[in-house]
Amino acid sequence: MLELRQKLVKECGFSFCRHQVLRLVPKNDTHLSLIKELLVNNICLFFQLDIWRGVTDVGSPVDIRVPVHKIKLVKRYLETKNIKFSTMIKDLQVLLDKEQKVMESAAARVPDPKHTDNFDFSRYHTLSEIYSFQDMLVAENPNLVSKIVIGRSYEGRTLNVLKFSTGGTNRPAIWIDTGIHSREWVTQASGTWFAKKIVTGFRGDRALTAILNQMDIFLEIVTNPDGYAYTHTTNRLWRKTRKPNPGSRCVGVDPNRNWNARFGGPGSSSDPCSQTYSGTRPESESEVKSIVDFVNSHNIKAFISIHSYSQLLMYPYGYTSTPIKDQTELDNLARQAITDLASLYGTRYRFGSIIKTIYQASGGSIDWAYNKGIKYSYTFELRDTGRYGFILPANQIIPTAEETWLALMTIMDYTLKNPY
Amino acid sequence: HSSYRQDTTPLFDTSQLSIASPCTETFNVMATGELNPNHYPARRAAQVVQHYLNTRYGSPFRLIGVQKVHSANAEDVADSGRKYQLELSVKETISNTTENCSAELFFPRGVEQHSPKVQASCEALLKIDTKAQEEALYQEYKRNQSLVSAQNLPDSHGRIAPDMEPFWQLGILASSFIMLNESNENTLYNVAQVANITQLATEDDQLKFDCHTLLHDMVSQEIIHWKLLFTWSPPEGVKVLQMEKLPHRHEQEEPPNTN
Repeated sequence: MLELRQKLVKECGFSFCRHQVLRLVPKNDTHLSLIKELLVNNICLFFQLDIWRGVTDVGSPVDIRVPVHKIKLVKRYLETKNIKFSTMIKDLQVLLDKEQKVMESAAARVPDPKHTDNFDFSRYHTLSEIYSFQDMLVAENPNLVSKIVIGRSYEGRTLNVLKFSTGGTNRPAIWIDTGIHSREWVTQASGTWFAKKIVTGFRGDRALTAILNQMDIFLEIVTNPDGYAYTHTTNRLWRKTRKPNPGSRCVGVDPNRNWNARFGGPGSSSDPCSQTYSGTRPESESEVKSIVDFVNSHNIKAFISIHSYSQLLMYPYGYTSTPIKDQTELDNLARQAITDLASLYGTRYRFGSIIKTIYQASGGSIDWAYNKGIKYSYTFELRDTGRYGFILPANQIIPTAEETWLALMTIMDYTLKNPY
Repeated sequence: HSSYRQDTTPLFDTSQLSIASPCTETFNVMATGELNPNHYPARRAAQVVQHYLNTRYGSPFRLIGVQKVHSANAEDVADSGRKYQLELSVKETISNTTENCSAELFFPRGVEQHSPKVQASCEALLKIDTKAQEEALYQEYKRNQSLVSAQNLPDSHGRIAPDMEPFWQLGILASSFIMLNESNENTLYNVAQVANITQLATEDDQLKFDCHTLLHDMVSQEIIHWKLLFTWSPPEGVKVLQMEKLPHRHEQEEPPNTN
């Protein structure tokens, strides 16, 4: 309904006082052609009809918005043609005003938090809310957290990485990214929760403190901010970046096919309209290049990319079925991690190499990281297994983040204790 | 940019060449014999069984999902296709009951794309009693003067109004017929969202719906739009009258300055 209001106001910029929306139901073919006639150009223009729901077939309703000064005329016309109608909306403006009040009160009920303790982790947040959260977390924990802007997205948004560090210089570090595919909302939401968890767990949690005493953690929560903004404003199921492709009406590159690891191979597409379009060359996307540059100038020992959905924990490769040199070790660690994950709520994960567990995919982030020498490279696919898929109910955010955190701790703890 | 499309020379740092395989991997060889139940071929086959079970046993109060594949086997059948045998457990999501099932599938191969054929025994699913709820739902919407219409189930935040849940389930059930038809060894379908489900008036004793559903194929990662016309009643279950795939939504992919 809100989209409709925005659409109406944008187009007409005036009031819908006493405009009505009529529903016509063609009961037979005669009705159908009479209604089609009504909606044909000149008659429609004369009555100034706005078609909300068009003609399909017998039995399917047709909804038309009629401006106040044409209502009598339209109703008389329908009566003479014997077309039955019902009044779906008596006064559109009244409805729109009610809606507006509901929206305003909903916004008023939830004022912006001034402290991360008041941040609602059980809701999905907008990009600006998450970016504010990041700044607040840094301000509240200046001795542990800092924000590094590693680059800018295509549309100019900052690419923010939170650094959790107790000091030192160029310490061995863990890299975690969430939200590289923008529609996977539970991942950015979990990333936000992880950030808070690190801060509250530090000093209290022995294992976490041991990690932070020797290693840094780098967390990029919104790895694809242009895509994320787009999922809020326009298309909830958008996956890729938002860079236009020259010569194509299709936008965006799959940021997880854009890495320099058998770029352009099977399991990626050369069609800009495809959801797995790899782009024209590796690292063509600033969202990817920024991470590459960052990793190349830091001492990363574990690289973890988080996605949803399917409940999987995977290690390289995606581009080939040749096993990695460290197959046995990574497989064992994965088994332990998902056992720990399941200990909380019984959530079942499968695990294995990408290519065997889910599908062949080329140009992926963890394949690149592994080939760079980062041994502990893993990718997660979080909840669920398809019932809700990408549109996971918000009440599952915290349980998902909590259980995933256990698996992350297992991997980070192992990385600390097994330096290489 | 065409140089990146050649199969012979992958683009790595030369220092990585010893690690990565220099050979082309087009991965057309299908796993045969005993399958690893944790790998994707068995999992994709299990998903097809799920769609089949929903078309056969599903209702607005009985929705089936794969829980785990216990064992799987695949073999080629001459030139006509591939046969799978599966032992799996499935879960009914509302009653939260789990059931072991055996299933046999056949994926036909050929120039024309044919739907997979499935046989499964899962009779215990029918023992889950949903008669009272189904009858209540049916009576309420048969009697009701206004016709129900709902959009975006779930909404962006994963919410569904409690009284709209049966219609979301119905949308998924009806979509299961499409997902079953469209499945092959290179797909894995789920319903991403029921964009619109609208009740239509009928002269007979069925409830009738017009539905716009968004399917997600895990393998291609595409979102595919379908429109369906279907009926439902407790005794008849879901019957799909018409289904139509809608064209790729490129208009939602246009850059802002062209609007």
